[in-house]
Amino acid sequence: MPIKSYLAHPHSGMKEELVLALSQFSECDIFPSENKDVVILITETATTDEDDKLTEKIQRISSLKLLAMVSGFNSPN
Amino acid sequence: MDHFKNINRRKFVKQMALLSAMSAAATMFPGIIFAEEQEKGIPAGANLDWKKAPCRFCGVGCGVLIGTENGKAVAVKGDPKSPVNKGLCCVKGYHSIMALYGKDRLTKPLVKKNGTYVETSMKEALDLVASKMKETISENGKDSVAIYGSGQWTIPDGYAASKLFKGCIGTNNVEANARLCMATAVTGFLSSFGLDEPMGCYEDIDYADVFVLWGNNMAEMHPVLFSRLLDQRLKRGVKIIDFATRTTRTSMASDKSILFKPQTDLAVANAICYEIIHNGWMNKAFVEEHCNFSKGLTNMGYGLEDNYAFTDKPEKISFEDYKTFLNDYTPEKAAQISGVSVKDIKLLASYFGDPNKKVMSLWCMGMNQHSRGTWVNNLVYNIHLLTGKISEPGNSPFSLTGQPSACGTVREVGTLTHKLPHGVVANKKHREFAAKIWDVPVENISPKPTYHTVEMFRALDRGDIRFMWIQVTNPFVSMPKLNRYRAGAEKDDRFIVVSDVYPTPTTDVADVILPSAMWVEREGMYGNSERRTQYFEQMLEPPGEAMSDTMQLIEVAKRMGFEKQFYYKDETHIEEIYNEYRKHHEGDKHNMAPLEVLKSQPGALWPYVNGKSTKWRYNAKYDPACSNGKDFHFYGLPDGKAVIWQRPYEPAAEEPDEEYPFWLGTGRVVEHWHTGSMTRRIPVLHQAMPKAYVELHPDDAKRMQIKNGDNVKLTTRRGQIILPAAIDQRGIPAPMQVFVPFFDESKLINELTLDSFCPISKEPDYKKCAVKVEKV
Repeated sequence: MPIKSYLAHPHSGMKEELVLALSQFSECDIFPSENKDVVILITETATTDEDDKLTEKIQRISSLKLLAMVSGFNSPN
Repeated sequence: MDHFKNINRRKFVKQMALLSAMSAAATMFPGIIFAEEQEKGIPAGANLDWKKAPCRFCGVGCGVLIGTENGKAVAVKGDPKSPVNKGLCCVKGYHSIMALYGKDRLTKPLVKKNGTYVETSMKEALDLVASKMKETISENGKDSVAIYGSGQWTIPDGYAASKLFKGCIGTNNVEANARLCMATAVTGFLSSFGLDEPMGCYEDIDYADVFVLWGNNMAEMHPVLFSRLLDQRLKRGVKIIDFATRTTRTSMASDKSILFKPQTDLAVANAICYEIIHNGWMNKAFVEEHCNFSKGLTNMGYGLEDNYAFTDKPEKISFEDYKTFLNDYTPEKAAQISGVSVKDIKLLASYFGDPNKKVMSLWCMGMNQHSRGTWVNNLVYNIHLLTGKISEPGNSPFSLTGQPSACGTVREVGTLTHKLPHGVVANKKHREFAAKIWDVPVENISPKPTYHTVEMFRALDRGDIRFMWIQVTNPFVSMPKLNRYRAGAEKDDRFIVVSDVYPTPTTDVADVILPSAMWVEREGMYGNSERRTQYFEQMLEPPGEAMSDTMQLIEVAKRMGFEKQFYYKDETHIEEIYNEYRKHHEGDKHNMAPLEVLKSQPGALWPYVNGKSTKWRYNAKYDPACSNGKDFHFYGLPDGKAVIWQRPYEPAAEEPDEEYPFWLGTGRVVEHWHTGSMTRRIPVLHQAMPKAYVELHPDDAKRMQIKNGDNVKLTTRRGQIILPAAIDQRGIPAPMQVFVPFFDESKLINELTLDSFCPISKEPDYKKCAVKVEKV
């Protein structure tokens, strides 16, 4: 059960679009900063395959400038 | 049941992931707010009482706001009004209040009887401490009792300890754990400038163009300040150069990482000076007007033997003598010694040499825990003095501190054997001045320093010291060559008193354990790295019979017959002590801000003169103490000039050889505060970093067929330990070097370290000894 955290950096002026796009994925918890252009993203998936697929989908979001992983945990349950 | 366990585990892991991301974001974006998440821990509908305090961890001195409700601290956030952290906290700061509420908090005094600890009342415990101290003095003399404190002592704690032991009892057996971390910074400042502590302040960060970090893993040890550097890079494109012996998070976040062989920073610093002079980058007018040149003794030894003594003999030299000395440190020669390329040495020199660039040097334990630490501090000052890049906004050699009041309590109050609050015990006028304020006969204050920390613990082992009171520190985890010093404390006729908040390996050897009030459970002040004194009020009641260290000292002093000197009233004792303490520092060079100022704002920098903090000392534009009519005045020394020192490269006390072929270095991690006695009781921090490990270089690991997590045995001439391997993890040591953090009391790496020290500062070198590495 991979659990990962990322810092998601939007393109200039596109934080709201990024938050909206990320909120479409049920595997994602989103914590936008109140005062800076960055969003914390926590993903939780059932398998590493699902995790890879989700990452690919997130990378395709047009308002996303950079997705930087901070931590990755692979919980056995 | 398992299902719920799994859900809880996943929830916990997600919280950990979120916490890691918030910490990373906070490092990259100073002042970042995740309001919803940060306020989640606050009870719904809470009517919190927010009060300011300096953070209790580390020497940065971040301002925090603590939310209390119904007598309990329930929330903490960065103080946006604090010029130190501007609302930001690091991972330890955000969890600081949880350290108050560990399950095994000490709440009752414990006295060892027939090998077992028995609860007693505070009154009886303090009676016993006082009577045992009197008995020891009567049987063995006043120098048979000692107090060992801390850079986590508040200013009133340290002041009360110094007054009791130096002024009333009449022994200079007063030391503090800052000897293990900041003593070298002190002797560096004193020998170069005649006065302690940085000339600049954190505001330098907002003006500097280049930051050179000398063996300083700021990203983990001073994360909030490091985030200010990163912020300046985003805003102004400043350069950050990491000059270190190990690749760390700081190296990875820097613009350039330069690795050098342990101890050889001496050679590289001299080579930078060579380049500055030979390329015509020296600020000739500044040097001629404001600097002298001196040399001291060399081949000083390493303090490995008991009763080792050394006193430097400074001798003035000419600029030409100094220039000739530097011929041994051409970039090519220094490259041979240090392993740093000629190109990188020249690059470093060029940053300092560029008249259009402001440069800030920052350092902490890498340069201070160094068997030639005073020398390397001198050499970095040399670089700044030769180029005139000093004492003005952005041009700043800046020694960072490790503990919240290493500066405020140990360096300023003077809780070291040779020191007084103002000046030194060896100076008759200084003794007379202190005796008058303390209301004791001047003969009480001995003119002779006794034992620095390592020698104090050797004296305890030998039996020269029979009684030791340890407050707010954990020496039986943090002392080097630990086996000897712990065994010394355990001897039958030694009496050890320990004041602390949790059980530790140090309380394990105590005859009396006194439960202490912690941080905001009492009133006090801390002094941080930038000369900022910060006040905090008592916000909470301490648990059980826990009592502040200040009050424990006052109560024992009264029981020993010093009621006249310890006249303070219970309700106002902190104010009375602070006002008395301020008298020691009156004058333009060190005046401390009045208490009402400290209460009204997030601290003030000393010298506090005419209602203003002094941000840049020795610069006539900013410092009212400058009186020579020139642009700069280094008034700490009689002729008003700073000293450029001729200091050579000399090897470390113990270097790798055939039998012990690796270097062993030790240090800290971001999650834990020093020996971990508080942070290991904060579940999130403990889970994030539960156990010590040994970092190896991937090539060494591959050659020795060691994989991540494999058990590895480390052996030095003093002991051995087995630790799990960490390869390509948080830090990467250079080949043939290993690194072990010291926070884990179940894996005591200091049983392996060496008690060599800088002969001038007497600060141990925890960064260098020889070790054998084997796969188990």
